[in-house]
Amino acid sequence: MEQNAESRRMLADSEVQPPREEKPLRVEPPKQKQKKKFFSRGVIYTGLIILTIICFIPFLMMLVNATRTNGEIMSGFSLLPGTALIDNYAILSDYINIWTGFKNSLIIAVLVTLLSGYFSAMTAFGFAFYDFKGKNVMFIFMLVMMMVPGQLGLIGFYEISKTLGILDSFIPLIIPSIASPFVVFFIRQYTQATLHISMIEAARIDGASELRIFHTIALPMMMPAVATMSIFTFIGSWNNYLMPLVLLFSPEKYTLPVLMGFLKGSQVAENLGALYLGIAISVVPIMIAFLFMSKYIVSSISAGAVKE
Amino acid sequence: MKKLDRYGYAFIAPFWVVFLTFSIYPVFLTLYYSFTNYTGSPGEEIVGFANYARLLTDTYFIEAFVNTIKIWGVNFALQIGLALLLALLFSDLRLKLKGLAFFRSFFYLPNLITISSVALLFGILLDWQHGSLNMMLLKLGIISDPINWLSQPVTAQLSVSLILTWMWFGHSFIIVMAGVSGISKDFFEAAHIDGANRWQMFTFVTLPLLKPILLYIMITSLIGGLQLFDLPLLLTDGIGAPDGSLNTMVLYLYNQAFKYNNYGYAAAVAYGLFLITLVFSAVVFKGMFRKERAAQKGA
Repeated sequence: MEQNAESRRMLADSEVQPPREEKPLRVEPPKQKQKKKFFSRGVIYTGLIILTIICFIPFLMMLVNATRTNGEIMSGFSLLPGTALIDNYAILSDYINIWTGFKNSLIIAVLVTLLSGYFSAMTAFGFAFYDFKGKNVMFIFMLVMMMVPGQLGLIGFYEISKTLGILDSFIPLIIPSIASPFVVFFIRQYTQATLHISMIEAARIDGASELRIFHTIALPMMMPAVATMSIFTFIGSWNNYLMPLVLLFSPEKYTLPVLMGFLKGSQVAENLGALYLGIAISVVPIMIAFLFMSKYIVSSISAGAVKE
Repeated sequence: MKKLDRYGYAFIAPFWVVFLTFSIYPVFLTLYYSFTNYTGSPGEEIVGFANYARLLTDTYFIEAFVNTIKIWGVNFALQIGLALLLALLFSDLRLKLKGLAFFRSFFYLPNLITISSVALLFGILLDWQHGSLNMMLLKLGIISDPINWLSQPVTAQLSVSLILTWMWFGHSFIIVMAGVSGISKDFFEAAHIDGANRWQMFTFVTLPLLKPILLYIMITSLIGGLQLFDLPLLLTDGIGAPDGSLNTMVLYLYNQAFKYNNYGYAAAVAYGLFLITLVFSAVVFKGMFRKERAAQKGA
């Protein structure tokens, strides 16, 4: 039902098609058929709920086991929480400081999101509103490079970080986000549809500098596209595992995913309750954020994939 | 060129400085290393195509390639099948299912979680002796002995496929659903008037119109799948146990470079992986469009 409402809203927005009357697709079916329909809907809902449970049960086990002792977990499976939450936390924090990893991940993800959003908007603005030599060649080259998988340059990237002396620091994890081709591409497409050159010309006549025009007119109008991409940039950076694993050596600089991988080989792994708790701490904030943002995340995924 | 247009260069300059330094240059540097015997210390020698010759006969790499395709293939079939089935149900005008937003959120949730947490979580859930999965199955009486999921090649690969399906079907479902809601209701109404049943409506209306979206899902999933790495790394011993069945191409690349310091050879592996990705993407594209052309001719 909801997708009907959505598509209707989309139609209303585009103002292409005239409003259509809501009419039932067919005449009321005879009674027997209605009964059959009710039964199959019941089956479908049951299936959907089972699927929902499958999606959620690993998280539930994680939460439950995070509160149980090692012995309890080893002796059997339960859906009722135990009482060892504080003990598990004590064991976990004896080995690692999970909040350091949390802080590192947060710093990197926030800076990556800000830099990627700001500089991509700037690049998109340059590509969209100025005519200069080589513009099209540069744009096409950027799109081609977008197709190249990240692993291709991995070894070269490691080597250049070594040469620049920025290994084991956050710099190679943050600075490259200034150049995010896909974000530039997305914002440029959006800008060309929403921001008209006449607005920029009007501002020029009023005596605004080019940089000022970008900051006060273009950037605010690009914000919806920037925000859409920011959700993905943030999640992508937060979940990135390969790059920090390769580039960071000091445990106090580890991001959360690297710290989680590190936990596996450590002695914490012998205490299952503490291990579950460590995983829970890394997962629960994302789950809570998702509760509030799921609508935006879903529409962002659709916006990234479906181009009309 | 107008005077103002020089500002264009200024606006795109920061992007290009960083792009050239951290994206383009590394790609060419890797290409250079793939022709050397570089091991991490300066003074590498150029060895021509030796690394590539080795790659072609390297049974570990070929095995990694086969593993990657197997794991991705099973996962993709399940994932897209589930996504299409769900989209079919939720878009059915006669069923009028409620709660799309609720289900969609739950189905998508696993996709948001840090993959190392997922790997760790399933690592202990699938544990042979103390894992909750075996305990639950034993309690329910489905199995009589605990199954050693992660130490048999077949079940280990299947486990990775299923975990990937668990993580990604919600994502595919959202995209397919967005595509379905973009299809004009007129098509369905017309098909309905022509007397199409639910299945005919799906195969003759929904599927053909969804083709571009399915192509998008397939290409992105394939490129992501060929880069599969973190789950196999973290689920077992990090080099592909049991029996090398979890050795994927990127895991092999990672181990060659950062574990054994064979940077030169690892660079060749990276380019091999790139070529494989290109070929597969081209095949998918071509397959999709050939069918389309044939259909047009037929009509």
